[in-house]
Amino acid sequence: MDSIAEVREAVKRFPAPEGGVITALDNISLNIQQGQFMTLLGPSGCGKTTLLRAISGFEDLDSGEVRIAGESVAGVPPYRRPVNTVFQNYALFPHLSVSGNVGYGLDLARVSKTEREQRVGEALERVNLSGFDRRKPAQLSGGQQQRVALARAIINQPKLLLLDEPLSALDRNLRQSMQLELKSLQHDLGICFLFVTHDQEEALTMSDQVVVLDHGRIEQIGPPEELYHQPATRFVAGFIGDGTLFSGTIENSAEDPILVTEGGLRISVANGPSVGTNATLIIRPEHLNIAPQEHDNSLGILDAVLEQSVFQGATRQYVCKLANGASISVSAAGSGDEALSSVNTGDSIRLAYRRDTPHLILES
Amino acid sequence: MATKRDLRSLSTLLTPSTLFLGVFFLGPLAVMVIFSFLEPGIYGGVVWNFYHWNYGRILGWADGEWEDFDPVYIDIFLRSVRLALTNVGITLLVCYPAALWVSGLSVRWRTFVVFIITLPFFVSLVVRLFCWVLILRPSGFLSTSLMGLGIISEPIDIIYTETAVLIGMAYILLPFMFLPLYASIEKLDHSLLEASADLGANPFQTFWRVILPCTLPGIAAGAVLVFIPSLGNFIVPDLLGGAKVMMIGNLIEQQFLSARNWPFGSALSVMIMLVMFMLIVFYLRRIGRSEIVR
Repeated sequence: MDSIAEVREAVKRFPAPEGGVITALDNISLNIQQGQFMTLLGPSGCGKTTLLRAISGFEDLDSGEVRIAGESVAGVPPYRRPVNTVFQNYALFPHLSVSGNVGYGLDLARVSKTEREQRVGEALERVNLSGFDRRKPAQLSGGQQQRVALARAIINQPKLLLLDEPLSALDRNLRQSMQLELKSLQHDLGICFLFVTHDQEEALTMSDQVVVLDHGRIEQIGPPEELYHQPATRFVAGFIGDGTLFSGTIENSAEDPILVTEGGLRISVANGPSVGTNATLIIRPEHLNIAPQEHDNSLGILDAVLEQSVFQGATRQYVCKLANGASISVSAAGSGDEALSSVNTGDSIRLAYRRDTPHLILES
Repeated sequence: MATKRDLRSLSTLLTPSTLFLGVFFLGPLAVMVIFSFLEPGIYGGVVWNFYHWNYGRILGWADGEWEDFDPVYIDIFLRSVRLALTNVGITLLVCYPAALWVSGLSVRWRTFVVFIITLPFFVSLVVRLFCWVLILRPSGFLSTSLMGLGIISEPIDIIYTETAVLIGMAYILLPFMFLPLYASIEKLDHSLLEASADLGANPFQTFWRVILPCTLPGIAAGAVLVFIPSLGNFIVPDLLGGAKVMMIGNLIEQQFLSARNWPFGSALSVMIMLVMFMLIVFYLRRIGRSEIVR
């Protein structure tokens, strides 16, 4: 696969308002392949927007380089870079109509009038806004403005489309339908999308590859499934999906390794790690179920007290308290759910998980 | 929907301003319009006879004599309009880059610069204009310093010309152009400029296609604020234009104070008021409305 854009050892520091420096990008390297939907995911201030702006040309790097289509773009101003951006607040030109906004890039390139009309029409059709071309941005809803911004950015047929939290201003329902639309738009256009968000659900829904950033460093790069099931660091494990983290040291009991936490909790884990290793285990709600009567060596058991049961529509979430005082969520499926719903709050229960399912993060 | 209570409190609140405007603005205005249709008294004042030749005189036929067509007042009026428009152009060209620059400064510096620009208001207008007389006269600062630098060999005779009037008018009206321009440039969303660059516009194209159209309301407001006082101005042409540059303001002043022809002065005043009124209506309809839509 061809590399569309590449960031090599990018470093960017800003002076902090209270003195000192903030390292927004701390030696970041990544590679965006042809046709990929890549997401930069992280909490606010993790450097994801700075990275996007370094690619679009609005931010210069202190060191390292950005290459687009194999060529370094150091010193190339934003208006000569073959990338386009969908801005967080859309940044539509208020004095121009929808057609004027969408056709802005074509007008600059002095495209002939008939071709312009045709391409603007096509772009608006792609984002389901046909017939809106004479409206002013102020006469559109938030979702429609979003679509205009999108049409405006794709009309120049960029090699790479940068999207800076474009869905954050939309309400939940609209956001979810736009996520799917963006994904299919990307598939139809065949151009790379680099999408910035702090919303892990958004990242998991749309991306081929997710880059998790924290404090200007890459925590993990991988497809959504990998980030969810095999998080590389504690940060990724805590940031993506629900679940409870248990940190401790591996000890060996009779035949199987056991993770002993600081609180004295003993959790049996899958074979593999050697005794004395520091490790973190992530147990997600769906890993847990009510323990069967008969003994099963492949299961780990946690003793808990049911604290709360929360109705969530399709599923029910059970919040349980463990012996060390930590809370753990359980979303049991099928018969387990029935069994759990008959338990009264305050009763003791035994929770079971398959020992090889929860992911163990080993610390060196 | 306003309730009765709202209406009552609103009318109470508005009564003082309504009374004030009624007595001190609309009243005198009505007197002026009435006077403009009366016969001038020989020693000033008016004779209460209907007399429309005040307006005939503006157009070039004095006292009903159709043969003596002399459009001297039209000439003065056109010159005033020309000078006022030129002044709008000068202040715009000076203020736009300045406002762009100031809006890019840090907040502390911006406040300081805006303060500096409004500083001249603290000094009397006449004093400031006398300073320009001292600067522009042949033995003044401009000529002596240019001669001292060896750029010119003889004093330049710039005072009592249209140039001097334009310098003076631009000087006193600069803040009226700067402030509305600055206000509209400052509230310009910076991300629009980035969006423009992102779509392939170089800085010049961004200026032409985004910055300028988006600040058009500020330009129009500044233009109106500069044009109106320029058109009716009489102090600047009096001090810096001498007897050579007469503007409509001087003419009106003369009619009331020297020629003692109150009806003719009133007719001239009514005429420039009509011109300004049409200008403001045009402004509100074209640009004012587009700003409301935003």
